[in-house]
Amino acid sequence: MLLSERVMEKLEILADAAKYDVSCASGQSKRENKNKGIGNSSGFGICHAYTEDGRCVSLLKILLTNHCIFDCAYCVSRKSNDIKRAAFTVEEVVDITISFYRRNYIEGLFLSSGIFSNPDYTMERLVRIAKKLRKEENFNGYIHLKAIPGASDELIREAGLYADRLSVNVEMPTEQSLKLLAPDKNHQDVIRPMTFLKEEIAGRKEEKKIIKKAPLFAPAGQSTQMVIGATKETDLEILAMTDYFYGKMNLRRVCYSGYVPISTDNRLPALGTPVPIIRENRLYQADWLLRFYGFKVNELVGWDQPDLDLDIDPKLAWALRNPEQFPVDINTADLEMIKRIPGVGVKSAQRIVQSRRYRRLKPEHLQTMGIAYNRAKYFLAFSTPFSLHKDLTQEQIKQQILKLQQSKYEKNFSSQITLF
Amino acid sequence: MITLACDGTFEGWLTALFDIYEYRFTDVEFSSEGVSANMFSTTRQVTTDLLKAERVKKGLKQRLSQQGYQQLYHTFFSEIENAEQQMWLFAQYVFASKINVEGDQRNPVVWNILKAAQMVRRESHRMKAFVRFQLTKDQIYYAVVEPDCDVLTLIAKHFSDRYADQRWLIYDDKRKYGIYYDLNSVSVVEMTFNELSGGVEIWDDKELFFQQLWQRYFGSVNIKARKNMKLHLQHMPKRYWRHLTEKKTGL
Repeated sequence: MLLSERVMEKLEILADAAKYDVSCASGQSKRENKNKGIGNSSGFGICHAYTEDGRCVSLLKILLTNHCIFDCAYCVSRKSNDIKRAAFTVEEVVDITISFYRRNYIEGLFLSSGIFSNPDYTMERLVRIAKKLRKEENFNGYIHLKAIPGASDELIREAGLYADRLSVNVEMPTEQSLKLLAPDKNHQDVIRPMTFLKEEIAGRKEEKKIIKKAPLFAPAGQSTQMVIGATKETDLEILAMTDYFYGKMNLRRVCYSGYVPISTDNRLPALGTPVPIIRENRLYQADWLLRFYGFKVNELVGWDQPDLDLDIDPKLAWALRNPEQFPVDINTADLEMIKRIPGVGVKSAQRIVQSRRYRRLKPEHLQTMGIAYNRAKYFLAFSTPFSLHKDLTQEQIKQQILKLQQSKYEKNFSSQITLF
Repeated sequence: MITLACDGTFEGWLTALFDIYEYRFTDVEFSSEGVSANMFSTTRQVTTDLLKAERVKKGLKQRLSQQGYQQLYHTFFSEIENAEQQMWLFAQYVFASKINVEGDQRNPVVWNILKAAQMVRRESHRMKAFVRFQLTKDQIYYAVVEPDCDVLTLIAKHFSDRYADQRWLIYDDKRKYGIYYDLNSVSVVEMTFNELSGGVEIWDDKELFFQQLWQRYFGSVNIKARKNMKLHLQHMPKRYWRHLTEKKTGL
């Protein structure tokens, strides 16, 4: 029996400390429920609840402890911060995870930790929890573990045998920022375990092709997170890192976390500075364009224009910068080009290509097919109506589209760093 | 005009299709009430016949992709207006065409099915998320839901796969029936009781503690500086709150 009051208090402290880690994905893993145990991962994520900030709650996201030997300025749990500290026992984490899971509150566990005594000691505890869940509780739900920078390869390898996903947070997009805000850390500490995991994951995958019964190894791959707006990086620098992570490290996801001011440290934006929600959103949009729409980083940002537009999305911005690519005739253009039309998503693009086989598509068809027609119409070539738009300048199109959207965040059109 | 009255099962609807083709009915409408509101119409009671249903099902499956067939099947649970009629229009188009028609999405007959199926899928997905079990004293995990569409049959497998080692019961309070898993298989249970309100004595000793713990957790993962109620409500519409532990008041 848990000592209820203390457990509640601990959960509050350790959930509060973990919440700035934005990753909450629980899809991308396939783990069956074996031998009538508990839980599975079905390959698509389920968000069981949403907090009032609109973020999804799919995992029990907690720190094992918020005691930490490091003093990273951007982190709530930094050593010098005067906050309540707590630590869970292995049994408590296992018990809460299972009890929440059985009630269908969560998809699984996302366990991170402050670093106490040393990286190996910390990592060993995280691994022990995952192992107990898998081996003793026969738990097949989702487990995401943090790979603690500096932990030994053996421990990280063992973690991969129990976890669905492992992640190492790079936190700061560049080495300089990391040096500035986290003097105890360096980029290599992050890149090293990432590289190790990349190779391990790739190797195990090969092995599994040959030996069907080979154990799963982090089937949902690895991910990372960058804090946005705490330091002075441009979107170009951030997206270049993103590109590196997807291209060279085979990461499944890169997350962007708009910095929430939590410190009076003068190296950081002051308390009360708005969270750069719009910028974060634009980065996610750019990230999607890279992964699903076939865009390259240099099509979205460049030396001449290192930041994404805040008032319009990056795809629209690209379209306005490249008028020679339009108008597109959706009855003949290939799928890749249709995906690049503002207002047309991947699914809609596939629908267009599918349904034009039956009949030539007209504007009115698009309106019923789930396409943001009011946005797309400026970029479409139909025999008749296009003449209506072709004389507009790029700026006029932008203004007309802007009029369509009324953003509740307009007041937040800041990239945060400019405010101090 | 002929009004076809089915028994409210998917097989019943398939049987009706068989009859339409066998008797070459041309002008048909479907009625679930059994009696037609149209005075110029004669009502025909369709007797569900599994053999006939199987033949029609096979025909549809031959002409549709697996996904296309599933969309049609899901539409049956959508409770949209005239679902059976819309499905018939779609099926008619399927059988009349030489090629697979499901990609013809600008055609309202196809689009309506697609949309209805999408709604059912979304609602099933929501139920996979929003079911909240409470543990009773006799160790049954019990949940009440009120989904927009009749999705219990569609989510049963998800829950029996996932919670294979616990007995559970999900009750649809709108449609007054539930699905029960007894550690071996899922069965439909018809009941009409007004929620297991009973009081504290029916719940497991630790149940209240975990509900409170979950509420505290839900409260502390929220980032106040990012408050966005519009998004919150979009993802968790108010009509579902009644059965969500984290939204309960006075725990």
